[in-house]
Amino acid sequence: MKDIQLENRAVTDEKTKIAANNVNVYYGDTRAIKDVNIDIKSRTVTAFIGPSGCGKSTFLRCLNRMNDTIDSCRVEGRILLDNEDIYDTKVDPVQLRAKVGMVFQKPNPFPKSIYDNVAYGPRIHGLASKKADLDGIVEDSLRKAALWDEVKDRLQAPGTGLSGGQQQRLCIARAIATSPEVLLMDEPCSALDPIATAQVEELIDGLRTNFSVVIVTHSMQQAARVSQQTAFFHLGNLVELGDTDHVFTNPTDPRTESYITGRIG
Amino acid sequence: MSVLWIFIAVLGLSLVGFFAGRTRAIASGGGDIRVLHSLPKHYGAFVSTAALLPAVIVLALWSVLSPAMINSSVASLLPTSETSADLALNDVKRIANGLDQAVAQGRISKDASYNFEGTPEEIAKQLGAVGIALGSAPDTATMDAAESYRAKAEKSRFWRGVAVLAASVFALLLALRVTDKEFRARNTVERVVKGLLILSASIAVFTTIGIVASMLFESRNFFAQYPALQFFFGTNWAPNFRGGSDLGILPLLWGTLYISFIALIFAVPIGLFAAIYMSEYAGPKLRAVAKPMIEVLAGIPTIVYGLFALVTVGPLLRDYFAQPLGFGESASSVMTAGIVMGIMLIPFVSSLSDDILNAVPQTMRDASLGLGATQSETIKQVVLPAALPGIVGAVLLAASRAIGETMIVVMGAGAAAKLSLNPFEAMTTVTVKIVSQLTGDTDFASPETLVAFALGLTLFAFTLCLNVLALYIVRKYREQYE
Ligand SMILES: Nc1ncnc2c1ncn2[C@@H]1O[C@H](COP(=O)(O)OP(=O)(O)O)[C@@H](O)[C@H]1O
Ligand SMILES: [Mg+2]
Repeated sequence: MKDIQLENRAVTDEKTKIAANNVNVYYGDTRAIKDVNIDIKSRTVTAFIGPSGCGKSTFLRCLNRMNDTIDSCRVEGRILLDNEDIYDTKVDPVQLRAKVGMVFQKPNPFPKSIYDNVAYGPRIHGLASKKADLDGIVEDSLRKAALWDEVKDRLQAPGTGLSGGQQQRLCIARAIATSPEVLLMDEPCSALDPIATAQVEELIDGLRTNFSVVIVTHSMQQAARVSQQTAFFHLGNLVELGDTDHVFTNPTDPRTESYITGRIG
Repeated sequence: MSVLWIFIAVLGLSLVGFFAGRTRAIASGGGDIRVLHSLPKHYGAFVSTAALLPAVIVLALWSVLSPAMINSSVASLLPTSETSADLALNDVKRIANGLDQAVAQGRISKDASYNFEGTPEEIAKQLGAVGIALGSAPDTATMDAAESYRAKAEKSRFWRGVAVLAASVFALLLALRVTDKEFRARNTVERVVKGLLILSASIAVFTTIGIVASMLFESRNFFAQYPALQFFFGTNWAPNFRGGSDLGILPLLWGTLYISFIALIFAVPIGLFAAIYMSEYAGPKLRAVAKPMIEVLAGIPTIVYGLFALVTVGPLLRDYFAQPLGFGESASSVMTAGIVMGIMLIPFVSSLSDDILNAVPQTMRDASLGLGATQSETIKQVVLPAALPGIVGAVLLAASRAIGETMIVVMGAGAAAKLSLNPFEAMTTVTVKIVSQLTGDTDFASPETLVAFALGLTLFAFTLCLNVLALYIVRKYREQYE
């Protein structure tokens, strides 16, 4: 792993944002996630890595209850967001998802204007009462997503007309417009070219100041570049969790070592 | 040789050709099929098509050309004037056919059938005895013509068999000759398949053109007898077969649009909501049961809906709405037909909309739900707007079906043309009037009958525009996600 360049970065000492205890996820009878325990810290980028099919997306989707939309999916165990069980019956998944935003693998802007895409969440949640406030939120989100300069003159143009990388940044802007506390990203760069990927990675690093970010990636280089914490999943198990530098240079589990040296995957 | 036997023979040849082609191809590769350009079955298919296709073409051409030629040569034997030539020729054909049948049934011998002698009356009697009823006694010229017709027809049938089989055998041998391991049988077969597909497609197109042309032709006859302006802008529909009719299309058009409008008011929301429920809320088990059940409605013949309108909905509306509210006394009404037609259209709207809603990518819903939108917000703000063009297309298609509907209108709304706003009054539509103008004793030269074609053409133009618009919108919508 010498070719992955690791910066020396401060190991975060933030407090825990999400805590998962003994989480099991089933699709029908098959167990996709097995007894996962993990702490996700605030103001930190946590990367989920692992071979495909190991359950990264499944686990990520538990964190904002997107798995509720899959009929066959069943989640056991406790997941606490700020010490509150998100699977408790009194928690409304709709409100939860406003707090825990999500960016998907494929850019999926609505077939609406750029402005309406970003304003979608704020409008739903009534975050802005005046047009000026909404304009402010839209501009702010687009700036945070490093897209403002490229689209400020054509906010009314359809979001689907942007390039792939721009679309993905638009989706990020749309997700952060609702000012979530946690941002979940499922392989956000897998459909992007290297330049767009670099832009999005830079953006993710910037997001850390405001949000707790969880990113699923199949690229170890990407995990090394953007994250402070790395979790390695294998066949539904959380094999290793630790500071990114540590996981990549000194993995404790042999499976992790095999994966990052390219022997499994 | 009858057509059936020719066909069987050609099919047999083609089957033989298949195996011969295969065998020859394999042999030319020395038994190793990997050295062949195409698979053995392609060579077989090639030879078999060669035996079939030219034969069918010859048969088709023969069947079209030969009767025309025989007709014209026999007609020249008849001394009749221009106007009655057709009638005389018809007599000749009837006599000829009758004699053929009589021979086939064994009533008279073949020789006797060619030598009917005697006065016209005797001949008529003899013919009557073998089952050929003639209006008037045939003169000798007619009998001679009939004889000549029969002789020519028999000759033609014989040579037809010869020509078709010769074509088949010749093409088969030719195909076998070119069959060897280098020959690109696969590509040739591919071309033949493509040709067949083109043929099918063009048949569909040409029939449409043919239908329009015949309508245009008859409509032109109508407009030659009745002023177009009065037809398109007349507000009175009062056909009178003794002449002096008022044939204004407006009351009919009004009835058509009014009934369709009510049908759509009824069908679109219900169909759409059913589709939303089916595609967005219902679980897979429920959907598996409920969707076919809704679609069963689409399989009910419209006449049954018409009965439903006549015996149930009509009296119900009259007794509980129209009479108490003082709107009218009639069980047949625009409302009755509209509601029943609406019921008929529900599955149409819902299954089309369901397809369209399902075509909205799941990622759109995920994106919206992931932002904390509820399911109904997601549907309202993302799914429906994305599907809207498609749904509009579905509604337009439903509208053109409503406009073309006849049975439900006859039984639900009656047959009285009227320009009225009252939905509880009996009215009628263009389609119903087309039927009523063409049924019964009709004279195809009077404007009262010919108006049916003008009505049909107008209706056709109307629904064509709607369909084109709908297709355009649906297509535009498809592009959105590709
Ligand atoms: N909707 C689903 N229904 C059934 N099984 C699923 C579904 N989604 C994922 N799985 C299964 O769960 C396992 C984990 O999948 P996933 O979380 O998508 O893996 P990853 O994102 O790490 O590639 C896989 O074995 C996959 O086949
Ligand atoms: Mg995945």
